[in-house]
Amino acid sequence: MALLEIERLTLKIGGTPILKDVDLSIGAGETMGLVGESGSGKSMTALTVMRLLPHAAEASGRVTFDGIDILAAPEAAMCRLRGDDIGMVFQEPMTALNPVKTIGEQVAEGIRWHTGANRADAEASARRILDRVGLPEAQFPLSRYPHQLSGGQRQRVVIAIACALKPKLLIADEPTTALDVVLQAQILDLLRDLVAENRMGLLLISHDLAVVTDMANRVTIMRHGEVMEEGETAPTLAAQVHPYTRQLAEASMHVPARPHRAAAHASGPNLLEVDGVVRDYAGRQRSLFSRPDPFRAVDGVSFALKPGQSMALVGRSGCGKSTLARMILALDRPSAGEIRFLGEPLTGRSEAALKPARRNIQVVFQDPYGSFNPRHKVERLVAEPLHLLDEAPTPATRREMVAGALREVGLRPDDMQKYPHEFSGGQRQRISIARALITRPKLIVADEPVSALDVSIRAQVLDLFADLNQRLGVAYLFITHDLTVARAITDEVMVMHDGRIVEEGKTDAVLDDPRSDAAKALVAAAPDLKRAIRRRLAEQG
Amino acid sequence: MAAEPLDLPQAEQGLVAAAFSNRSFVAGFAITAVVAAMALLSFLWTPFDVTRLVPADRMQGLSWTHPFGTDHFGRDILSMIMVGARNSIAVAVVAVCMGMGVGVPLGCWAAARGGLIDEALMRFNDLVFAFPALLTAVLITAIFGPGAINAIIAIGVFYIPVFARVARAGAMSLWPREFILAARAAGKNKTLITIEHILPNIASILLVQGTIQFALGILAEAGLSYVGLGAQPPMPSWGRMLFDAQTRMIVAPHLALFPGLAIVVTVLGLNLLGDGLRDVLDPKLRRQR
Amino acid sequence: MTAFLAKRIAVGLLTLIVASIVVFAVLEIVPGDPAQLMLGMNATDEALAALREQMGLNQPVVARYLGWAGGLLVGDFGRSFTYSSPVIELIAERAVVSLPLALMALILSTAIAIPVGLFAAARRGKAADTLAMGAAQFGVAVPNFWFALILIYVFAVWLRLVPAGGFSGWENGLISGLRALLLPAIALALPQAAILARVTRSALLEVLGEDYIRTARAKGMPRGAVLWRHALRNAMIPVLTILGLQFAFLLAGTIIIENVFYLPGLGRLVFQAITQRDLIVVEGVVMLLVASVVFVNIVVDICYALVDPRLRTR
Repeated sequence: MALLEIERLTLKIGGTPILKDVDLSIGAGETMGLVGESGSGKSMTALTVMRLLPHAAEASGRVTFDGIDILAAPEAAMCRLRGDDIGMVFQEPMTALNPVKTIGEQVAEGIRWHTGANRADAEASARRILDRVGLPEAQFPLSRYPHQLSGGQRQRVVIAIACALKPKLLIADEPTTALDVVLQAQILDLLRDLVAENRMGLLLISHDLAVVTDMANRVTIMRHGEVMEEGETAPTLAAQVHPYTRQLAEASMHVPARPHRAAAHASGPNLLEVDGVVRDYAGRQRSLFSRPDPFRAVDGVSFALKPGQSMALVGRSGCGKSTLARMILALDRPSAGEIRFLGEPLTGRSEAALKPARRNIQVVFQDPYGSFNPRHKVERLVAEPLHLLDEAPTPATRREMVAGALREVGLRPDDMQKYPHEFSGGQRQRISIARALITRPKLIVADEPVSALDVSIRAQVLDLFADLNQRLGVAYLFITHDLTVARAITDEVMVMHDGRIVEEGKTDAVLDDPRSDAAKALVAAAPDLKRAIRRRLAEQG
Repeated sequence: MAAEPLDLPQAEQGLVAAAFSNRSFVAGFAITAVVAAMALLSFLWTPFDVTRLVPADRMQGLSWTHPFGTDHFGRDILSMIMVGARNSIAVAVVAVCMGMGVGVPLGCWAAARGGLIDEALMRFNDLVFAFPALLTAVLITAIFGPGAINAIIAIGVFYIPVFARVARAGAMSLWPREFILAARAAGKNKTLITIEHILPNIASILLVQGTIQFALGILAEAGLSYVGLGAQPPMPSWGRMLFDAQTRMIVAPHLALFPGLAIVVTVLGLNLLGDGLRDVLDPKLRRQR
Repeated sequence: MTAFLAKRIAVGLLTLIVASIVVFAVLEIVPGDPAQLMLGMNATDEALAALREQMGLNQPVVARYLGWAGGLLVGDFGRSFTYSSPVIELIAERAVVSLPLALMALILSTAIAIPVGLFAAARRGKAADTLAMGAAQFGVAVPNFWFALILIYVFAVWLRLVPAGGFSGWENGLISGLRALLLPAIALALPQAAILARVTRSALLEVLGEDYIRTARAKGMPRGAVLWRHALRNAMIPVLTILGLQFAFLLAGTIIIENVFYLPGLGRLVFQAITQRDLIVVEGVVMLLVASVVFVNIVVDICYALVDPRLRTR
C-alpha cells in the first residue's frame, strides 16, 4: 500500500477553485516529482497534505497517509504527524528560520517536542543532524543565529529540521529555486542521499523539468489545479504523450532562431569598453575604533562589446555581476577604472552630460512586478526614457512612439491605457522591453530578465529578445545564472567569480569545454533536461 | 507600522467603492463629517451666543432649551461645544499641515540623499522626540505666553519629525526598487523621481498617518487648553470647559460629561477613518484584520 | 554589541548637549529681565545692577551657558528666586511624586496591554477579539484628564474608596502613598494601554504571517505554542518602540494629571515657575525630563539588542 494516497482532492479557497480531482500517490522510499507552472496548485497540494492551508480553504476528497485520514484527523493528531512522520522544506530559506532563535534551538525544538527528550539529548541529536546536512560543529556551532548563515546554509538548517526525526515522507516545495545552480546541485544531492539513507518518501515540487528528471522516480504534471499526466519520469518525458507535457518540455529546451549570428560581429569600433573596473563597498565595522575592511564586489574587470553583439555575464549569486551592470548603467560609480561608451567615458560625468549615453544604454530588470510604478499607466511607463531626448516630443508623437514600441514587443497599442497590474508576468516583461526600446538604444543591459518567468513564457520572451537583436541590431549584455538562457541567446560569454572575470569566449565553446574551476562548477551543476532523460533511460536499460 | 506602500489591489477608481464598503471607514467618515458640519454651522448659527453671559441661567441641567445644560456663567453648553469644535479642528488641521509641509520634504530629502544628511535628520528627530509635546508647549508658552497659535506651533513642531520619519521610511523602501532604478536609467534626477515616483507611492501611508496625527492633535489641544496653555477665554474650547467643570463636578457632573464626550467621539471618528483608510489602501495590513 | 551600545550612548549624550543648548537659548530670548522680576518694579537701578552682577547676567552668553551646563553636570541646577532654595532640592522633592507615578503607569499599562494584545491575537476574528479591540479603539480616544475626572467622580466622590486628590508624602507609609497615586496612575495608564494592546495585537498578527511561523508549524507545534515560543519575541520589537515613546508621553501626561489630582509633582512646579517667571526652575525641570527620556531610549535600545541578535553584531 502506498505511503501517501491522494484521491480526487478538490480544494476551494474562499469559493475560488484551486484544485480539481487531484490524484497522486507516493510509495515508501519513492520520489515523486510534482511539476507545473505558477498557479498550477502544486504548493497547495503539498500544504493540504500538511494541513497547513489558509483559513478559508475547504478541501474534499481523500488524503491518506500511512493509514491515517488526513482531511478528517483532529488537529492534535496532525501536530503529532508534522515534523515527526512528515517533514517539509520550503522555497525561501532567507525567511524560513526564526531570526531571534539559534539554529540549535530551532533544530532541537522539534526533537524535544515529539520525543520528550531532555535538552542535552535533543541538542546532541540536533548536532548530529546538522553535521549530517553539512554544517560541521567547528564552523557552525548550535549557538549560531540564522543571520550569520548564507542562503544555502540556511536551507541546510531547514532540511535538518525537517529530517531530524527521520520522517516517512519529506515534502520539498521548490527547495532550490531561490539558490544559484551550484548550491542547487549541492542541496539536491543532499536531499537524494538523505532520502536513500532513511528510505523516506519524497514529494519534490519544482517548476524545473530537468531537476525533477534528475531526482524523481515518477512525475506528476499539473496545470490549473488539475493533473495532466502521471507516470515514470524518463519514459513520460521522453515520449511526451500529453500535449501539455510536450509543450513544457519543448519550452524548457527552447533555443530561439537567430539566423545571422555572426553577421552582427562587425569589426569596427567597440560599443562598450570596460577597463580595469573596481568597486569597493564599506564593510562591516568590527570594533568601534578600527576602520571597517572594505568589501571588493568587482575586482579589476575589463572587456569590450561590439555593436549588435550579444554577450552573457554568468556567475553564482553574489559574484558581483549585478554591481558591474549597475556601473555600466551609470547608476553606481566605480571605485577605480573606467567605462567608455562609444569612446566617451561614463564615469564622473553629470546627469546632463550622460544623456546621449543613457539614450543608447537601456535596461530590463528581473522582476516583472517591481519594475513599474503601479500608479502609472503603460503609456507613461513606456514613455519614461523619452525624458532623455533633447526635445520633448509632442503628446501626439509621444503616443505614436509608445504605440510603435508596444507593437515591436507584440502588444497592442491600446494596451497603453492600462495599468501594469492588468497584465500577466510575461506581458509585463514585454512592457519592460518596450520601455527599454523606445529611445532606439544600441545596448540593452538585461539583469536576469527571464528567471522570474514560467518556462513557456520564458521561451516567448527569449524569442522576442532574439528577434529584436536580429531586426534592430541591439547589442545585449545578458546577466544570468542560468546557462540554458546564456546558450540560447548569446554569442559570447564571460564567467564571473568573486568579482573577477575568470573565463571568456564563444558561448558554446566555453559551456561545452569549461577551463576555469568556476566555469566547470557552473556547467556541472546546471540542470539539463536532455542529458537527464538520457541518463535515466540508460539506468533503467 | 511597516507599511508596504505598493501593490495596489485594484485600480485607483475602485478605491472609493472599496472605501465605502469598509465598515470602519464609513463609521469614521460619518462621525467626522458630523463634527466638521457642526463646526462649520457654528460660524453661521449657534443655539445661543457663547460670548453673552446670562447669570440668571447659570448651572442649569438638561432641558429642551439647553439640551446639554448651561455653565457657571449661564452659557449654553451645546453652543460652546459647537464653537469649541471649530477651535479643536483648526488647531489640529494647521498642526498636521505644518508637520506634513515641513516633515515630508525633509524625510524625502534625507532618503534621496542618504549619508550625512540622513544621519543629521535622524539625530534631529531624536532630539525633538526627547522633548515630549507638552514640554515643547510649556517652553513655547514660557516665551510667548499662552494662546491658540502657540498651541498650534507646539503641536506642529512635534509633528515634523513624525512625518519626516514616516516619509523617510516609505521613501527608503522605494529607492532600491527596480522601477526607481529604471527611472534613474531614464536620466531623471532625484527631485524629479521623488515627485513622480516616490510621493504618489507614499501618499497613502501619509494620508493614514495624517488622520492619526489629526486625532492626536485634538487630544493634545484639549490637554493644553485644560492646563490653560491653549485657546484663552472667552473663546470656548473643550479642554478649558473640562477645567472649568472640574471644581463644580460634585454639583453638576454634566458640565464635565459633554465636552469630554465631544472629544472622545471626534477622536474615535478620526481613528476609525484612519483604520478604514489603512485597510483600503494597504492590502498587506488588511489581511491581518 | 559594545560598539552598538557605545554608539547609542554617544548619540544620547549628543542629544542631551544639543537639548541643553536649545533650552538655554529658548529661555535666553524670553522677554523680561530676571533681576527686574526678582526685585519688582520699584527696585533702584543700583540694586538691579548689583543683582545682575551677582547672578552673572553681565557675562557673555557662552560663559553663562557653560556655567549653567557645568553646574548641571555636578548636580547644581542653580537657585530659584521665588522659593529661595536650590533648584535641585525643589526638583528632588517633586520628583519623588512624578517619577513613581510615571513608572506605576508604565508598569500598569504594560501589564494590562500585553496580555490583552496576546489574547486578542490568539482569538483573532472571534467575539473576544472584537470586544477587546472595540474597547481599545474607545480607550485610545479618551483623553486621560477627562478619564481622571470620571475616576474621581466614581471612586472618590461617589464610592468614597480613595482620596480625590492631594498627596501627604511617602513618610506616612508606602501604602498611603501608593493609594494616593493609584487613581492618577490608572488614569494615565488605561489610554496608553489601549494603544499598546493594539500595537501588540497587530505586531503579533504580522509576525504570525511570516515564513518561520509556518516552519515552526511544520515541526508539529500547535498554534498556541508557536505564538508563545516564536511569535511573541519577534513581536516585542515594535512593542518596545512604542513603550519607549510612551514613557515620554507618560512623563508629559503626569504634568496634566498632577493638576487634576492636586499632586505636588514636577508638573505643578513647572507651571508655578512659569507664572512666576522663575526660569531657572523651568530649565532644570525640562532638562531632567529630557534626560529621563534619553535614558529610557537607551534602555529600550539595549532591550532591542537583547531581543534581536541581528543588532548585537552591528
